[in-house]
Amino acid sequence: MDQFVILCFAVVNSIALLALISLGLAVIFGMMRVINFAHGEFIMLGGYATVIANHAGVNLWLSMFVVSPMVVGLIGAVAERLIIRRLYGHLVTTMLATWGLSLFLIGAVTAIFGNTTLGVSAPLGNITIGAYSIGAYQLFLIAVTALLVVCSLLALHWTKYGLIARAAMQNAEMAATLGVDCDRVYATTFIIGAATSGLAGALLAPISGVLPHMGAAYVARAFVTVISGGGALITGFLSAATILGPVEALLSYFATPVVGQASLLLLAVIILRLFPTGVSSLWTGGR
Amino acid sequence: MSGFPILATRGLVKRFGGVAAVDGVDLVVDAGEIRCLIGPNGAGKSTLFKCLTHQHQPTSGHVLFEGRDLQGLPTHLIARRGIAIKNQIPSIYANLDVRENIRLATLRRKLTKRELDRAVDLVLAEIGFDNLLAERPAATLSHAHRQWCELGMLLASDPRLALLDEPTAGMTREEMLRTVDIIKRLNATATVIVVEHDLEFIARLAQKVTVLHRGKVLVEDSMERIEANETVRDIYLGRKKDAAYAEG
Amino acid sequence: MLRHIKNALFPFALVLAAFTGPFVLEPFDLVNLSAFSAMAIAALGLAFVWGTLGILNLGHSVFFGVGAYAYAITVSTFGDSTLAVLIGTMLPIVFSLVLGSCLFFSRLGDVYLGVITLCVTLIFYSFMTSTADPWFHIGPVPLGGFNGITAIPSLNVPGDPQAFLSTEATFSICLLALAGAYILLSLVRSSDAGRIMTAIRENELRSELLGYDIRFYKLLGFALSAAIAGFGGTLYTAVMGFVSPNVFDLPQASQFVLWVIAGGLGTFVGPVVASFAFQLLSCQLGANQVFNTELIFGATIVLFVLLAPQGLQPMIVRMANLKLTYRSGIFRRKEKPA
Repeated sequence: MDQFVILCFAVVNSIALLALISLGLAVIFGMMRVINFAHGEFIMLGGYATVIANHAGVNLWLSMFVVSPMVVGLIGAVAERLIIRRLYGHLVTTMLATWGLSLFLIGAVTAIFGNTTLGVSAPLGNITIGAYSIGAYQLFLIAVTALLVVCSLLALHWTKYGLIARAAMQNAEMAATLGVDCDRVYATTFIIGAATSGLAGALLAPISGVLPHMGAAYVARAFVTVISGGGALITGFLSAATILGPVEALLSYFATPVVGQASLLLLAVIILRLFPTGVSSLWTGGR
Repeated sequence: MSGFPILATRGLVKRFGGVAAVDGVDLVVDAGEIRCLIGPNGAGKSTLFKCLTHQHQPTSGHVLFEGRDLQGLPTHLIARRGIAIKNQIPSIYANLDVRENIRLATLRRKLTKRELDRAVDLVLAEIGFDNLLAERPAATLSHAHRQWCELGMLLASDPRLALLDEPTAGMTREEMLRTVDIIKRLNATATVIVVEHDLEFIARLAQKVTVLHRGKVLVEDSMERIEANETVRDIYLGRKKDAAYAEG
Repeated sequence: MLRHIKNALFPFALVLAAFTGPFVLEPFDLVNLSAFSAMAIAALGLAFVWGTLGILNLGHSVFFGVGAYAYAITVSTFGDSTLAVLIGTMLPIVFSLVLGSCLFFSRLGDVYLGVITLCVTLIFYSFMTSTADPWFHIGPVPLGGFNGITAIPSLNVPGDPQAFLSTEATFSICLLALAGAYILLSLVRSSDAGRIMTAIRENELRSELLGYDIRFYKLLGFALSAAIAGFGGTLYTAVMGFVSPNVFDLPQASQFVLWVIAGGLGTFVGPVVASFAFQLLSCQLGANQVFNTELIFGATIVLFVLLAPQGLQPMIVRMANLKLTYRSGIFRRKEKPA
């Protein structure tokens, strides 16, 4: 019984983790068709911002929810201005440029903070279930992730900005003739995506610590989740996370984390074999 | 092989969601024909072509090519059976020169190197490209020349059946006339089905015209009789839509 | 005729270097240059599959790594390096066929393909780093986790595992192998199959409508590039004497991509030159410890993508042509009417 509860927790946790690390990427990819290879580094920077701010005496929650999104959003704004904006529409070129950016950020962080793990301790203590104990902070993470997803759904479908953004994403030229400033919409979207990734990194910092190369651990899973999710912005990657998460969690539990990750990738490849435009093509009719 | 029409479709249907773009087409084309396919926008002409080459998988129905069912064959194997197609949107190798474009179409035929070079030169002559023009990247050609380059590729692949979707769209009258000559040359060895709107073009080429309307074959007759046909006039002018539909 | 001579110039220079190098260079430089050549060979594989066939394989390093590990394990087990090189070249072919049939049969777009292949190499990385336990071994060779496999025998005279080749001979072989790979890939590219591959890169639909089996040619090109990369991996391991999971990691994967972009997509000379240049640079930087390589590489990729998206070779060729055109009036007139 206890083991069952723990397993369920692991599954939900895994889904939430996938959703958390994919959200920023999904926003940028879904809206702008930009493959942001520096996504992992945005997460990494978010983590660093929280750790550094906290070490400098800023309240942990404040650093997580305010400092990190702001710092990474700012970096995203600069990157959008200097690189992404010049390459709109060139999918492959953008991908290469953001890859360069990703290496650059890793290098810069290594040069400044060194190649060592920094960390903050996880707040909120533990909850015991029978012979097992789980961190309350992880429960908190799941809740925050759910909240984030709901918020982005609401923002996309119920706010004026969401409407404009969806219009620009559907048909940029048409939106432009209706007076929408697409450049600004794209810039805003990129900044929001970057800030979201920063928040994800901040939230993960107490669990995983921060390291210049940590982005690589997330970026592969995030990409696989978003791409096998397909065209539908939020529901797409969410459903992919729901399919992939349990597989990774269970195989990590019963075998090793490496097997879990490998099978996640394998499953994604199978999904893309069956639905080349992602699982959401099931209800969006493919695109 | 003889005795079969070169192409026959039986109840061919293609649905996109709830819309049937091709809605039960029975079409028979005999070997050696030049058949014109006409019909108002959205009649399903291009979709029909794409179904024949399995660029779209038909929802139901059969395509018989020289008496053999094409069901389940991927596009490239249909091409190897001898069906060549020029889609409505021109599709050539824009960054390669014209000679290379033609050569690539010729490669699939089992020819020696010398025969191959000769075949390429022959095709270039037939579409009226001199050496200077043949060395230019296809992307730098004018619109008409690009169409001819693609027709040249079809010629070079030596098909048994050529499907041409609006080969003279956007051409001047002189260019159209030159296209007619190229298609006549194509017809010397292949059956041709061509989608067109230009009446003079049709009059110069077609023995028989098939009118498509709302995904179905409406009439099939000679050009003069089609021009005189009330129902066809109605659907082109948009009068008495439903009456025409019921009759068809 | 002139074109043939021009094309033969580069491999000729490599062969010349292969035979003169041992007389003029220090052993330390010879070892370095041997390793650079091995890397350049692998880069040629990517230059081919991406430049000719248009397959954006961001995880090219996976074939390099598989070749490297296969060499290490085989040579440590059986002692003969010839067999090890052979297996290190064949295994990536098999692997690429399996991976390729998954990728090409689901008709993934460019970007998806790039992401998936990159994921594959990262999975290999994380798997290999987790093999520290002696339980992970193949034959008598433990995989060694993060430290990888060490004390790997270098190349020997075929059939005689005791007769190791000298540094000089190894250098010559590596450069000759590079020239060989260059010639092989150039020949393939200008063959009919190569032209069809170029055609597929240019326009998949048209190629299909002409009757070409796209997936077959993609698999063929993918397997060839994998073989070349694996071969480069075997030589690299033979020269260095060790292999670690780093052959699968992100910086390694990005290096190959960087060299091909910097050298010029669609060319072969450019990527080879770029690979030597960047490896020299990274050697210097590594000795300095002032800048780290990722910072420099990342900035370089961004700059190349933004400023010289076609790479160095086409840029230099164009500049040279421009000069030529400028000097003689005959060429000058020819420029315009296109």
